[in-house]
Amino acid sequence: MSVSAPPRLPLQKASSPQARWWGHRSRFVLGRTTVYVVLTALAIFAIGPIVLFVFNALKTNSQYASDPLGPPQTWEWSNFTQAWTQANMGAGLLNSVLIVIGTIALTCVVAACAAYALARLRVRGASAFMTYLLVASALPAQMFLVPLFYMWAQAGLYDTRVGLIVIYCGLFSPFATLLLRAFMLGLPPELEEAARIDGAGELRVFARIVLPNMLPGLLTVALTTGLSAYNEFLFAVTMIQSESLMPLSTTFFTFQQGFTQNYTLISAAGFIMIAPMLVLFLMLQRRFISGVASSGMGGM
Amino acid sequence: MGFANYASLAQDPEFVQGLLHNLLWTAFFLVVPMIMGLFGAYVLSRIVRFRLLFRTVYFIPYIVASVVNAAIWRSILDPQTGVGDLLDVNPLGDPSLALWTVAFVNNWAWWGFLVVVFFAAMQGVDPALHEAATMDGANVLRQFVSVTLPSIAPTFAFLGLMTIIWSFLAFDYVFILTQGGPAGSTDLLSTVAYRDAFTNLQAGYACAVGVVTALISGVVVATYLVIRRARKWDT
Repeated sequence: MSVSAPPRLPLQKASSPQARWWGHRSRFVLGRTTVYVVLTALAIFAIGPIVLFVFNALKTNSQYASDPLGPPQTWEWSNFTQAWTQANMGAGLLNSVLIVIGTIALTCVVAACAAYALARLRVRGASAFMTYLLVASALPAQMFLVPLFYMWAQAGLYDTRVGLIVIYCGLFSPFATLLLRAFMLGLPPELEEAARIDGAGELRVFARIVLPNMLPGLLTVALTTGLSAYNEFLFAVTMIQSESLMPLSTTFFTFQQGFTQNYTLISAAGFIMIAPMLVLFLMLQRRFISGVASSGMGGM
Repeated sequence: MGFANYASLAQDPEFVQGLLHNLLWTAFFLVVPMIMGLFGAYVLSRIVRFRLLFRTVYFIPYIVASVVNAAIWRSILDPQTGVGDLLDVNPLGDPSLALWTVAFVNNWAWWGFLVVVFFAAMQGVDPALHEAATMDGANVLRQFVSVTLPSIAPTFAFLGLMTIIWSFLAFDYVFILTQGGPAGSTDLLSTVAYRDAFTNLQAGYACAVGVVTALISGVVVATYLVIRRARKWDT
């Protein structure tokens, strides 16, 4: 019916013979089979290189040299143990876990308090502060790199995990605040008001009523912040010098610089680094994706 | 007294070259990943079965750390053992190819993010609009241009803005894959500033590069905020 229906106002052009031919053609081009073929091609583009990387992590060096782009003939699990000890991945993983947990905890506290104030309390200049947060989350953090480096050296925070955690909190809390504020605006305020009428103080309302309701939002913030902190490279490579304090990203980078050509061990070490995030992502992908999608829409 | 750093920037060939590369980089990221993201999201919106599976797969490169992504592509592109050997090119070692190769690798890790965001935005489009357009006899392409694109305009504008800003922030992939070489062919402002600060120990000069970068971003953000207010996109 839609084909033979007389054309109506705003889209009149679509019914000219040429456009109709176009219409049939584009319906043909986007037929169901074609759509799945296109989607599969994109999927291969997305994870093909990662699959190849895992293959390489399981090859012997001679196998890699003779067939770098094919599947492994025998499965060389010892690559993983070798990479683990040679790249010092254990220490790196521990540092990463400490840094990620510290960053998540600090960011959640700062962002939850700020978001509560912006969403519920009548704060003067709240909208200017929101604009400031939007700008702050968009400004290039790199411009602070050199001054921060000297300040951190003066303050004794250079080459410490705490120093890196503070920087990450500064980097990630503006967006986390915007996201949590948007989340809080979607919660009904009646419960809080009821608690206030019953004589609960502001802190008590926050801790007993707001915080429990905010948990899904906090989980989203924790996941996106944790992912960013785990993968961050620029500040990690600049601010941490001692090998014993390096997180995984710079541990892996240092290892890779030393073994430029040993791709089997580098692949194994790289896979060890991404495995925890892959598992976490596959388990909690809905939360991950909703948090990340809202980061792409301006935190709204 | 402190303006000497800024004056010498304009005459510094490294700075000028870095700025030029940043502009090319921005143009690349405003076109290629945006088209891939829109296209991917659109194709996703046309199916029902396996929709979440495909979305998950596209998103995986985005959650892989940049250091590891770089290592993945370094082994694939290796001129002796990888694709470089098959095709007889050295994508990261040839000055005319290196910048685009690094941009390609960065894009590989990036476009899936855009698919997810555009897809989320498209899910928010009122289905009645599509129904009305179908009644009016609009074909698939026309509906995309007249209904989908205008509905996701705020998201599109925000991502365009972020793309410009993030392009001036780009650092990881260049630093890890090429260190700005060969012969400065992949130098961006960020890698120039990094070298000035930590290799040449000219911190003031590096800060001047950072301030120029921040100014450019500031102009972009201000423009966006004005548009956002004028179009009433802010909630």
